[in-house]
Amino acid sequence: MIFLSHLISGISLGSIYAIIALGYTMVYGIAKMLNFAHGDVIMVGAYICFFATMSYGWHPIMGVLLSMVVCTLLGIVIDRLAYKPLRQAPALAVLITAIGMSYFLQNSAQLLWTSSPKVFPSVIGNGSVKLFDGALAIPHVTIVTIVVCLVIMSGLVFFVNKTRVGKSMRAVSEDKSAAQLMGINVNSTISMTFAIGSALAAIAGVLLCSAYPTLTPTTGAMPGIKAFTAAVFGGIGSIPGALVGGILLGIVEIFAKAYISTQLSDAIVFAVLIVVLIVKPTGLLGKKISEKV
Amino acid sequence: MLRVENLNVYYGMIHAIKDISLEVKKGEIVSLVGANGAGKTTTLQAISGMLKPRSGSVQYLEHNLLTTPPHQIVKHGLAHVPEGRRVFAQMTVLENLEMGAYISKDKERDKKNLDRVFAHFPRLEERKKQLSGTLSGGEQQMLAIGRAMMASPDMLLLDEPSMGLSPLLVKEIFKIIQELNQDGMTILLVEQNAKKALSISDRGYVLETGKIVLSGNAAELLENDAVKKAYLGG
Repeated sequence: MIFLSHLISGISLGSIYAIIALGYTMVYGIAKMLNFAHGDVIMVGAYICFFATMSYGWHPIMGVLLSMVVCTLLGIVIDRLAYKPLRQAPALAVLITAIGMSYFLQNSAQLLWTSSPKVFPSVIGNGSVKLFDGALAIPHVTIVTIVVCLVIMSGLVFFVNKTRVGKSMRAVSEDKSAAQLMGINVNSTISMTFAIGSALAAIAGVLLCSAYPTLTPTTGAMPGIKAFTAAVFGGIGSIPGALVGGILLGIVEIFAKAYISTQLSDAIVFAVLIVVLIVKPTGLLGKKISEKV
Repeated sequence: MLRVENLNVYYGMIHAIKDISLEVKKGEIVSLVGANGAGKTTTLQAISGMLKPRSGSVQYLEHNLLTTPPHQIVKHGLAHVPEGRRVFAQMTVLENLEMGAYISKDKERDKKNLDRVFAHFPRLEERKKQLSGTLSGGEQQMLAIGRAMMASPDMLLLDEPSMGLSPLLVKEIFKIIQELNQDGMTILLVEQNAKKALSISDRGYVLETGKIVLSGNAAELLENDAVKKAYLGG
């Protein structure tokens, strides 16, 4: 029963990683860059929701919506100001800019909201569902997290495969110049990807802080790195890969904490990543691109 | 219909296209022939906005293409079938064709265009659910042309449609180019296969290390001794 309880916590934590990983993987797929500021957008999202509900007494749902709007705009602005001027620049320049942007967001948050931790209100409530005569208690947060993750995943898979705009995103991710010849505006497609990724980051931020209620300006950093790991683990650029990678990573982390060592859990998570990459360099569901000449 | 004047393109320090001027009139097939590296592809890329020329002008109908955002060029009715086909390998044949019609808001016309593409290329209809990365080279070329047709263009820029294809397929592709032209499509054709290209063209330009060295009536170019010697194998 303990095992089952750990497994469910793992899936729940993994769902949060998966939602964050989506942002990494979609931006990588479209813009071919690693947006290391993505983790910090999560933190901004959590702060926005915190202030909306705690300081202004908004309903949690409204708080989440507001934080999605703010993060969407933030994502678009980050892309416009920091990354768009570097579209033709070497990948390393973009990477360093992204790391800089990450610190910029963290330091701005420190300046605006100080580094003293805020106790995040439980947006979802503290109840739990009891199963097996109370032997297994699953918190509501856990259930909501898993359900939200599944809804987001299916929504995105539908969007990308069935809608005109979603298909144009896939076209851009495969071949920017060819997509442009079709009349697709590559820059606005990239903007839209940042917007979607950042809106999801807002949701992830709220879920993360509902499960682990301490909010500081660096709250997003570690989950961001781990979600990036999850994206690579699942195969970067692949949406189902983000789901699989995120959930597996969450399970590994919780099991490592429960059965091996709390201190070593992060090291174990990254060790698993390294092993997977040695065996399968493209990640679990990563595509090997083969081109006919 | 398309008028290029004094076009200059640089790759860094390299002066790739030197003062090229050319013209394509409505209803014509014009070919741009020359050896590998002469600048044929570069010229087409500069016309369709894939590359930024340093100077010159590109006028298509009433549009100045050098000031038009590249993704809007196809809206004006000029479609480019790029070198190496560049089909979206991870998308199905049908999805590729849908992308070709990305700018269109007229569902009925899309349907008609799709039927027209399938009429020209029955093989694509058989494989419409297949990922285009799994198609053969010839089928990918058909898809690339079909995809461009989906935008209902008035003019096509075709870059090396015969590259890497068997003689039989080359023949088929050239036949289709002629059919498209008979249906009213204006075509600027870039080819290494000069003989084949000139034989279906109205006029031709011969490009050599970034400069136009000869131009004129396609039939006359085919008879020109210098052209014969350099590009037509004696």
